[in-house]
Amino acid sequence: MEKQLYTLIIYSENLAGLLNQVTAEFTRRQINIETLNVSSSSIDGVHRYTMSLWSNEETIKKVVKRLEKKIDVLRASYYTEDEIFVQEVALYKISTPKLLENKQISKIIRHNNARVIEINSTYMVVEQTGKTETIMKLYKEFLAEQCVLQFVKSGHIAVTRDVVEHLTEQLFDEDAMRRTSK
Amino acid sequence: MKEIITGAEALMRSLMNEGVDTIFGYPGGSIMPVFDAMYDHQNDFRQVVVRHEQGAAHAAQGYARSSGKVGVCIVTSGPGATNTLTGISDAILDSTPIVVIAGQVASSVLGTDAFQEIDLVGVTQPITKWSYQIRRAEDVAWAVARAFYIASSGRPGPVVLDFTKDAQTSKVAYEPQIVDNIRSYVPYPKPDEKAIREAAELINRARRPFALVGQGVELGRAHNELRAFLEKANIPAARTLLGLSALPTDYPLSMGMLGMHGNLSCNVNTNQCDVLIAIGMRFSDRVTGNLNTYAKQAKVIHIDIDKSEIDKNVKADIPLIGDCKEILPLLTELLQPADHKEWIDSFSEYDAVEYEKVIEKALNPKEGHLKMGEVARKISEATENKAILVTDVGQNQMMSCRYFKYSEPHSVLTSGGLGTMGYGLPAAIGAAIAVPHRTVCVFMGDGGFQMNIQELGTIMEQKTPVKMILLNNNYLGNVRQWQELFFNHRYSCTPMLNPDYNMIASAYGIPSRLVVDRAELDAAIKEMVESPGAFLLHVAVEEEDNVMPMVPPGASICDMIFE
Repeated sequence: MEKQLYTLIIYSENLAGLLNQVTAEFTRRQINIETLNVSSSSIDGVHRYTMSLWSNEETIKKVVKRLEKKIDVLRASYYTEDEIFVQEVALYKISTPKLLENKQISKIIRHNNARVIEINSTYMVVEQTGKTETIMKLYKEFLAEQCVLQFVKSGHIAVTRDVVEHLTEQLFDEDAMRRTSK
Repeated sequence: MKEIITGAEALMRSLMNEGVDTIFGYPGGSIMPVFDAMYDHQNDFRQVVVRHEQGAAHAAQGYARSSGKVGVCIVTSGPGATNTLTGISDAILDSTPIVVIAGQVASSVLGTDAFQEIDLVGVTQPITKWSYQIRRAEDVAWAVARAFYIASSGRPGPVVLDFTKDAQTSKVAYEPQIVDNIRSYVPYPKPDEKAIREAAELINRARRPFALVGQGVELGRAHNELRAFLEKANIPAARTLLGLSALPTDYPLSMGMLGMHGNLSCNVNTNQCDVLIAIGMRFSDRVTGNLNTYAKQAKVIHIDIDKSEIDKNVKADIPLIGDCKEILPLLTELLQPADHKEWIDSFSEYDAVEYEKVIEKALNPKEGHLKMGEVARKISEATENKAILVTDVGQNQMMSCRYFKYSEPHSVLTSGGLGTMGYGLPAAIGAAIAVPHRTVCVFMGDGGFQMNIQELGTIMEQKTPVKMILLNNNYLGNVRQWQELFFNHRYSCTPMLNPDYNMIASAYGIPSRLVVDRAELDAAIKEMVESPGAFLLHVAVEEEDNVMPMVPPGASICDMIFE
């Protein structure tokens, strides 16, 4: 079966050790995780994981079911690239002396619509948001000018193209049910 | 006013609150406050001190599988906890509800490689339904309630509680807790009525429907619902190894066992049926053989409480996710009575072949050494087919499971998924304690018996009336069989130089008999069955006997070999 890039969105309770449980499902199948982002979600006390990895649909379906089986995982779903909006953010630490001696560098920043968020006499910090390709393109351009002191990019963060927010509604419904039954 | 008690005492109260009556355990440094609390509760719990913590975990499994209640074991940190890992792994694969409570070093030294510290939660996460560290006495009541709820609900399984020593000794204003809802956990998915209607239509149109019955029926206590379902449309049923006692052996629609050493008729007809109805079974590779040739002609209806089993190994045309006790009656209601006589009769021609080529020789040999099959069948009959069969792993397991007969539910305790040698003896102890009104017979080989032979000490101390049958062939028989068949008779590391097992039994004060000749067998079995307590029946069986028929590894299930 052909491999493609999938994005998994997982919601879980905010408990210690859950990340370990989630990643273990990939370890046992020797699947590399390409990117991973964990943060609090829009629902209080619920964490949201966004992962991207190469796999085939049959495997990813089985993994998602196993993830949902974990007691404290609320919901796990997988998406192909056309089902979600994906962005990454990157920070580039650039040498200020290099910037001053090489006019090309400020051109690169302007042409790529990147944002300068800090500048001092030794370095400046440039921020770029976009697809992986956009971020890597800027990095290569900086690299060619030999001005990069540090470079970091986040993993994928993504929102689905769904019109309805299933999980949020489900949790609200359950909370409401519990309140009325008491 | 709430009572102020220690975390250890809160554990005792919480266990009583869950209806626990037996604890299998072994003390040690980090769990001493709990064992100290147990000293005051000797009338509330039967406290079974095993001889090795692996024995505690398997005994808890035997207790759970024979009674349907949650098995409990309490061990210390570090080696005490790691010794239970095999039992925990066995319990996750065979869906057995146990709660393992382990001591842990004080929370102030966690992460410092303190004496007997291991990251138990980290180690057990992949082999448990839930694994949790209790660091505060305030959390004991909640954690225990949650542990029992998770272990016993939905698809059952093991839970680990890692209990730091300071949480055991600190004080808490105790209040009993009940956990019966976890928002992220759906133990009993609601049946899909539309899918049930579709399944019923499919079965109603079927000419050769075939039900595959697994342990889910036993776990869901759906025995009556299953029979009503089968009887309404006269559907033949085969059972998996773990589902063997879900239907009585002599029940007319019960056709036999599936899988690698199952019955020929059931395997062949899996590839002949037009609708396959899997009920609480997981299409293990030992059942399916080569998946590329497995039931390709059939429409598959898969009933399982665990969504992740659907499409895992065999694609389901109609998945029915939920409790079989709930789904089966809904399905039965929509069934039309049917006959299927010709289809049912088709099993008997294969049964005749298997009888002639294998069973006759296994049960009624006229000469030569004793056969494992005849011993198993005779013991089954001597207990009026009412005993609980516990097995170890290997040839003893396959032979006893094949030739024992079952008349009551919850009568087979065997390590199916993990295939744990050493499971039998401690599991039998757990069963004998859980259901004292039933006879417990454990079949072991000379290999597996020695893997947890130290539990003879537990039998001696607890006076557990376990009937032990040692099928001794002086080999690790199952591996030897594979070496004979697939490794050109190269018996690498499988011959066993054995000790005098009868002397070992007598050292523990356990009566025993050694049987070598066929003529002595009946009397020895009678002696064993009639003896009030534990007994070791040591049978010298044919050394190079093979379990047949067999689906060779990688072969299709209908290509069984007979020799």
